[in-house]
Amino acid sequence: MVDIPKPEELIKKTDTPLPSKRWENIPADLSPGKFCYPTKQKSLEYLDLPTPGREWSPADEEWPLPENWQEIIHEGFKERLEKYRSLKVFMDICVRCGACADKCHFFIGTGDPKNMPVVRAELLRSIYRNDFTTAGKILGKIAGARKLTPAVIKEWFSYFYQCTECRRCSVFCPYGIDTAEITMMARELLTLVGLNINWILEPAANCFRTGNHLGIQPHAFKEMIDFYCDDIEEVTGIRIDPSFNRKGAEILFITPSGDYFADPGIYTMMGYLLLFEHIGLDYTLSTYASEGGNFGLFTSADMVKRLNAKMYIEAKRLGVKWILGGECGHMWRVIHQYMDTLNGPADFLEAPVSPITGTKFENAASTKMVHIMEFTADLIKHDKLKIDPSRNDNKVVTFHDGCNPSRGMGLLEEPRYVIKNVCNNFYEMPENTIREQTFCCGSGAGLNTEEIMELRMRGGLPRANAVKYVHDKFGVNLLACICAIDRASLPPLMNYWVPDVGVTGVHELVGNALVMDGEIERTSDLRFEPLNDETPEGNKGEADE
Amino acid sequence: MNADYLSSLIAVVVLGLIAYAGVAMAGLNGFFGVFVPYLALVLFVIGFTRRVLGWAGSAVPFRIPTTCGQEKSLPWIKQAKIDNPSTKTGVVLRMFFEVLLFRSLFRNTRATLNENGRLSYKWVLWLWAFALMFHYCFLLVVLRHLRFFTEPVPGFVKMLEGVDGMLQIGLPVMRISGVLLLVAATLLLLRRILLPKVRYISRPADYFPLFLIIGIAGTGIFMRYFTKVDVVKIKELTMGLATFHPAMVQDGIGALFYSHLFLVSILLAYIPNSKLMHMGGVFLSPTRNLANNSRAVRHINPWNHPVKVHTYEEYEDDFREKMIEAGLPVEKE
Amino acid sequence: MNDKGMIIAGLIIFFTIFTFPIWYNHGAAAPPPEPELSQKAKAAKTCVEDTAYMRTEHMHLLNQWRNTAVRDGLREYTGKDGKTYEVSLSNTCLDCHSNKEQFCDRCHNYASVTPYCWDCHTYPKEKM
Repeated sequence: MVDIPKPEELIKKTDTPLPSKRWENIPADLSPGKFCYPTKQKSLEYLDLPTPGREWSPADEEWPLPENWQEIIHEGFKERLEKYRSLKVFMDICVRCGACADKCHFFIGTGDPKNMPVVRAELLRSIYRNDFTTAGKILGKIAGARKLTPAVIKEWFSYFYQCTECRRCSVFCPYGIDTAEITMMARELLTLVGLNINWILEPAANCFRTGNHLGIQPHAFKEMIDFYCDDIEEVTGIRIDPSFNRKGAEILFITPSGDYFADPGIYTMMGYLLLFEHIGLDYTLSTYASEGGNFGLFTSADMVKRLNAKMYIEAKRLGVKWILGGECGHMWRVIHQYMDTLNGPADFLEAPVSPITGTKFENAASTKMVHIMEFTADLIKHDKLKIDPSRNDNKVVTFHDGCNPSRGMGLLEEPRYVIKNVCNNFYEMPENTIREQTFCCGSGAGLNTEEIMELRMRGGLPRANAVKYVHDKFGVNLLACICAIDRASLPPLMNYWVPDVGVTGVHELVGNALVMDGEIERTSDLRFEPLNDETPEGNKGEADE
Repeated sequence: MNADYLSSLIAVVVLGLIAYAGVAMAGLNGFFGVFVPYLALVLFVIGFTRRVLGWAGSAVPFRIPTTCGQEKSLPWIKQAKIDNPSTKTGVVLRMFFEVLLFRSLFRNTRATLNENGRLSYKWVLWLWAFALMFHYCFLLVVLRHLRFFTEPVPGFVKMLEGVDGMLQIGLPVMRISGVLLLVAATLLLLRRILLPKVRYISRPADYFPLFLIIGIAGTGIFMRYFTKVDVVKIKELTMGLATFHPAMVQDGIGALFYSHLFLVSILLAYIPNSKLMHMGGVFLSPTRNLANNSRAVRHINPWNHPVKVHTYEEYEDDFREKMIEAGLPVEKE
Repeated sequence: MNDKGMIIAGLIIFFTIFTFPIWYNHGAAAPPPEPELSQKAKAAKTCVEDTAYMRTEHMHLLNQWRNTAVRDGLREYTGKDGKTYEVSLSNTCLDCHSNKEQFCDRCHNYASVTPYCWDCHTYPKEKM
């Protein structure tokens, strides 16, 4: 592991002037700490993906490219230009106006010009021009074309794994050019020649086999949930006994595996369990479809489909009416914009209706999957929950919009509505850093891996900086989010930049505030931390850590 | 000095001089006045059509709008109907604002890091303003030029001319759009040359069209206000072009006009092979022209194909014993 | 999603607008205008400057005349050939070019030029 500089040193290094050399002439830096580890052979083999044939490191001079790698890339590119209008249009129409340049968290955090979205796209576009356009074929360099060399492949590997597919640039682009699309295509091309990263493909392989990214097997899944039920019982005195793989349940609940594997996601899981118990929901959990997230999204459209298929397969097998999905970011990009198209039509399910309020979720009528924020907001609006928000009074909360729910869906008000109902102290971050302009945690799209910690801290700088602002101004001590990747990536980010701020899922806050029938008097929150009821009124809004 | 913009500048100057010399010295009026414009027109129409049909021929496998506001969800939550449209009308409105008013550029911010290590984002509208000014002036200038291609000149053209000349400065009356086009193109160019980030990403393909348009506007303005050309004779030539009865007007037009016409021809032929195709592409961007209703209405992917999945049966085969032991229900005991 | 039809319709609309001049003129170019000289103008043989200059610069000259006469009160113009003229639209120009419709308007209409001379000056009475 490479040491990373102290925050006060690192922030100074973000404002470096642009290099005097053109980006075309700067080779990618693939020294240790600057790249993600490549996928281990066994994961690629398990998923029937092309393998490089040997273990290798991006730091190697010679990369294990197949003999006809140029042909593979060329043909793969051609195929994708026909399959994706987005790619073709985005390759053709960028005018390099520069509006996207300082919208990327990686550019803000690294100052590396190849992290400007426009240049990231040019990495691919230059090859496109060379291979597929008349101007590029005739004029070459003058038209911005360049030949596909191993150095270009290295550059792709470096920079398309320095993009978190957050789509912030696409909000500002006058043509809506979406670097996420471009990065997805580039990663597909790299995967064709056996190049990708372990932090993505190992979870994908796990998910294919065990149903979830973390490779948790069915019995362990059940044990973990039971364990959280023990904790819930200790805090609330209520024993919850959720069902698994139960046929005939009304609703199948699917959440990312991060929610039942690690702190602080597990508290969000407890929040869900308490909520469902509170309203008496007829639901079941599945060990087969035990993953909400989908690392296929960071690999290829086919892999998205392969991993996502389980949701409908399981819903059909269990005979549920519809599916409820937990708090997650890229999971919802997939469910909202890909699932029905790839694995639908889900005609064996019913258009979702809340059994508690009778609300029809018309916006999910075809996919038949509802976001838990929509579900809970509806419950609160109909006054179906008994809530004591004062139990969250020691928490001064701000909310981080996940990239995908905000820019790939538009789930903005629901989480805010829920938070405001279960907490008394809520403050927004500055407006250019929230909602559709939200900044990525810096570790999305499969980059939440230890070996690139410095890059992650740099990429997360704009987010952390905005948190620091509300921390300093309002005493915010808790960052709420609705994304499992966030729950894993924001704690180290906060720890690095704003050490006094913790991270929580929104349903953890809900779980704390819910007044359950027959519960004991709560003295601690779901983390076994004291409720701090004694906080005098006047002290509200001050950090207490 | 930077080779990228210098080479583009030189290219445009040389192109202008070629036409000037070709007419003034070699008498190639017919070549530059008739042949080249027709060739450019053909290249433009064919090239533009091919590009757009090329885009149309590519599939739109997923509905991937970039949502820039609240989705349509629960009835009591106010939806951002334009920035996150769920209906066709909403999409049409979103495209209207995008194409005609550059909605997305209007959001532009500038990020700066201050000495206390605090990032701030300032709303900056310069690019939006320059771009809007540039495109609308260009449109007005093009429409005004219809006076050379129609007889009788339609009323709307006269009206535009009237509005455009309302300041009544000089004679011939100054057309505001022409001057502003030159100003806006120059501002966009200066932006590329002076702002470090924009300079870093700019290439000949960015400078060349700007110089070309500056050249076109410049020669046009020069002809109208300074060197003067015989407008009636020019119209004879352009009407000949528009009606496919090319008239060979040999004298009296002035070679500068041929420079102007040649640069316009170059621009026309250049459009389909360049980033200027954004004029067509902006309509086809899947992150803007689709409704965000993919959970309510299923989107069809024309190439959706079966993939290998790990079925429940395979899964149960892998873990049956452990499942039974943990008390989990199984299909096959 | 099949939007090919819409895209082709868009292309057709674009090219229809783009080729407006072609179909608007029905493929026939109106003959270029031939300004008619009045008898007096014909007899004078030359205007205040030579014909080529007058064709392209008359508006500029008129503008100058307007300024010198109205603002500076100078009422004399000496042409390149040394002759002196009274600076006056009505008395000098219109004296010869008394046929506005056949002389001024023909070119102005053809080139879609709307001079604002007549905002202040009255039309000359048509006489051949």
